[in-house]
Amino acid sequence: MMIGPLLGEGWQAMRANRLRTFLTMLGMVIGVGAVILMLAIGQGAQMMVNDSISSMGSNLFIVLSGSSTAGGVRMGSGSVPTLTLGDMQAIAEMPEVAAAAPALPNTAQVVYGANNWGTLVAGTTAAMLVVRDWEVVKGQPFTESDVRAGTRVALIGQTVANLLFGEEDPVGKTLRIKNSPFQVLGVLGAKGQSLDGRDQDDTLLVPVTTAQRQLFGNQFPGMVRFIMVKAKSAEFMAAAERGLTDLLHTRHRIREGQDDDFTVRNLTALAQAAAGATKVMSAMLGAIASISLLVGGIGIMNIMLVSVTERTREIGIRMAIGAKQGDVLLQFLLEAMMISLVGSLIGVGLGVGCAWAVSRFADTVVVVTLSSILLAFGVAAAVGVFFGFYPARKAAHLSPIEALRYQ
Amino acid sequence: MADECLIRAVELGKDYLTAADTFFPVLKDIDFAIAAGEFVAIMGHSGSGKSTLMNVLGCLDTPSRGHYYLAGQDTAALSSDRLAELRNRIIGFVFQGFNLLPRVSIQDNVALPLLYADVVKSERRRRAQAMLERVGLGGYAERLPNQLSGGQQQRVAIARALVSNPQLILADEPTGNLDSQTSEEIMAIFGALNAENGITVVLVTHESDIADYSRRLIRIVDGRIAQDGPTAQILEPVRP
Repeated sequence: MMIGPLLGEGWQAMRANRLRTFLTMLGMVIGVGAVILMLAIGQGAQMMVNDSISSMGSNLFIVLSGSSTAGGVRMGSGSVPTLTLGDMQAIAEMPEVAAAAPALPNTAQVVYGANNWGTLVAGTTAAMLVVRDWEVVKGQPFTESDVRAGTRVALIGQTVANLLFGEEDPVGKTLRIKNSPFQVLGVLGAKGQSLDGRDQDDTLLVPVTTAQRQLFGNQFPGMVRFIMVKAKSAEFMAAAERGLTDLLHTRHRIREGQDDDFTVRNLTALAQAAAGATKVMSAMLGAIASISLLVGGIGIMNIMLVSVTERTREIGIRMAIGAKQGDVLLQFLLEAMMISLVGSLIGVGLGVGCAWAVSRFADTVVVVTLSSILLAFGVAAAVGVFFGFYPARKAAHLSPIEALRYQ
Repeated sequence: MADECLIRAVELGKDYLTAADTFFPVLKDIDFAIAAGEFVAIMGHSGSGKSTLMNVLGCLDTPSRGHYYLAGQDTAALSSDRLAELRNRIIGFVFQGFNLLPRVSIQDNVALPLLYADVVKSERRRRAQAMLERVGLGGYAERLPNQLSGGQQQRVAIARALVSNPQLILADEPTGNLDSQTSEEIMAIFGALNAENGITVVLVTHESDIADYSRRLIRIVDGRIAQDGPTAQILEPVRP
């Protein structure tokens, strides 16, 4: 039996009962549309989270100083200065660690010409760029010798560059931090928002020694607020965390049972938790939307059963003049599939349209991927076959005389 | 032995399950053979079992007992798909109620058996149109069945029965819904098909006027063959 003429007959049957066909189709339209839209919203959320994670850098630890807990009151980090550049050096030499960089952050007013801006000035080393996967897009990074000598040089973030320099090229210019002149060595690449919504480009990096001695007048020379550590790869994360803790225990002479005077936090784990949560959310959105696809499928089955009953006599005639069981089965199966496929085509249009409208008017990132369209389409086709099969089988198994006698 | 017999029924019986869960024999010990080229009328009152016999002859139903051979093949041994093939290639059906598909054009109705014989589209159209012209409805190809009169619809049904070049036409009360003049026209077509094309015609009727067109008559009474012989002999005593 050829498929071509059966498609034609299926089309005719669909047209013969336009309203009914349309209503049946509507179930699939809404189902497919909802799946595509929900997947798009989920994908959008995932993409935002992933962007934030990759902007932070990968395989990261942060070692905070002096966050000891005393009687339930946890002192703010840095309130007890315990981490030193020496700790940082020792961590950087660990075999599991790719790089470690100190951070001594503080807010300060930065001035260039007529412009000024309060921003986060962080004292660090060149290793920070490695740790955070941060590149210098213009000019040069500062070097070891800058850190040793405590020179007045700075790397500025995109936001600072825009606000202070506008169209001007900042490289080589001199700006003032707390009235001290600093030469801009380079401009950092854009990082965008962090997971918690801070603008990561609103910052300025200076050598840690310069920050200690000249900017923030630290009363404990050599102390840093926190150390950022990058493990060699994801597999080294656990070993690095253990090694870090042991190393600091030894260096700080903390015996077993004593409270730590530092805290190690796994930033990647936090990020992964956020990514995991988004994934679960988008999977749930998809699953809820799939239920409407299922309901649409049941609608198709219902209408096909009605159709088989209505057309019992037609089935009898076809059988009398030579239709085999397979021919009748195929005819009704194709009809169910046509309803579900035409419905899902319209549904794809609706879903993509709604996704576009959401991204346009609700200012949410939505990502319609080809795979989500194919998925929705594939599921719809499967629904058509699955729910069309029972009515088609019922039609094919009718006895010819019973069917011919049916009034 | 069955080579010259198109149809052969051997001790054929058919039971129906009644509401009281007992078997009621509708057909009993039916024995006859029909050779290719005959024009046979099966007569009987309603409830005599003639329609059941027709369904068995048309491979729409299977006998409960005995054997039915169509074109030399024992139909009891055949699968439902093989039976469908036999219906498609060897038999052409004409029903009392015409049984045309309501939403399908006249030409497509006539071409339908060819669809199930996997004939290509252009060939289907050509042969369907040729059959429509043969029954005098060449100009009605694109009409729908309900735009035609009863006689015209029955002629379309005959064209459909003929389109796959069957050896046997089975007509179940083909004139039951038609007035007497149209009935005559339809019966003339059957006569011509039998005389000119050598197609075997078996028709079921309860009217002796219609049975009169045949050359052999089988009368069924209470599920048994009561009479079987040349139509002229059997109907003669009834005539005034």
